[in-house]
Amino acid sequence: MSSETTTVHAEGAEHGEHEGMTKKRIWRIFWILTAITCVEFFIALVISPRLLHSPLHSMINPCYIVLTLFKAYFIVAFFMHLKFEKVGLALAIIVPILFIIGLILVLTNESHYWIGLRHV
Amino acid sequence: MSTAVTQHVDEVKSTPWSGGRSPFNVEYGKMMMWFFLLSDAFTFSSLLISYGALRFSAPTWPAPSLVFQSFPGLIESGAPLVFVGLMTFILIMSSVTMVLAVEAGHRNSKKEVVTWMLFTILGGLMFLSCQALEWNHLHGEGFWWGHIPTAEKMQEFFKTGVPYAQQAMTSHQFANLFFTITGFHGFHVFSGVVINTIITINVLLGTYQKRGSYLMIEKVGLYWHFVDLVWVFVFTFFYLV
Repeated sequence: MSSETTTVHAEGAEHGEHEGMTKKRIWRIFWILTAITCVEFFIALVISPRLLHSPLHSMINPCYIVLTLFKAYFIVAFFMHLKFEKVGLALAIIVPILFIIGLILVLTNESHYWIGLRHV
Repeated sequence: MSTAVTQHVDEVKSTPWSGGRSPFNVEYGKMMMWFFLLSDAFTFSSLLISYGALRFSAPTWPAPSLVFQSFPGLIESGAPLVFVGLMTFILIMSSVTMVLAVEAGHRNSKKEVVTWMLFTILGGLMFLSCQALEWNHLHGEGFWWGHIPTAEKMQEFFKTGVPYAQQAMTSHQFANLFFTITGFHGFHVFSGVVINTIITINVLLGTYQKRGSYLMIEKVGLYWHFVDLVWVFVFTFFYLV
């Protein structure tokens, strides 16, 4: 029985992980990541200094964060192969990550309070 | 009638969660690597979110474009983001060579696996050297855990005239957070290089060839990509924002 189970596991490991990343695809992801980084540099070095006194300047940090999340998606989905794993595994990894949003909300609220403390 | 019922009871369930197989369809070690990385993601996000909260509540902060504007050894100042751009490129590149090693492993090509693993280790070492240069540069400027530059020097790192007391306070926070977070990341890179070296030696010894599968390369690959992933966030929140 145990040997049977091992075979099933080994086969499971064999299958499914072969598909997905061809050499061509790997290099395409590389170019996407490089391009996003170049966009970030362009915003930081060219756009940001020009918008210094404009109300649009407050949009720059959200832009960085969105671009960063895009990069994170490409690394996790393709390089770490999560897109080609079983949905159950992907959910087991992604759903707990959402708790981080809770910590962000709590600490943002807390830091507002710290600002208030300074003025007392 | 009775035979039909018996047949129904004896029928073996074959859904992914009814036992006898791995519902996630991954090998045990690989799944555990994923769960370890999940816990590590929590550690790094706690560090980065604390940094965000402290910075958000601070009245001022050293400007990244003024603190990180040198290319150690080449350009003294006026080149913001150039050096960290190089570091980012090195790390993304080493991630690519890592996936290429995994891909070669799928084809059981020992020679190619070794080549790509060696490139990955080289990338890791280059990144660590760059980080050492960067730390050395900042240390030369006067930043270190609990240490800040002199009052005169500190003017260079703030965009507008801010009272010295505020500069001193936020510079302390900046220095402690910068060295702790990039240090913790750098330690991960260092561990990654050590693990990659051990695995490459195993490949050379033929361990995985005998085993018939290069799955171990995928497991260390996951760790290595995670290090790259963390750097993407460190890069954004320390150097861009």
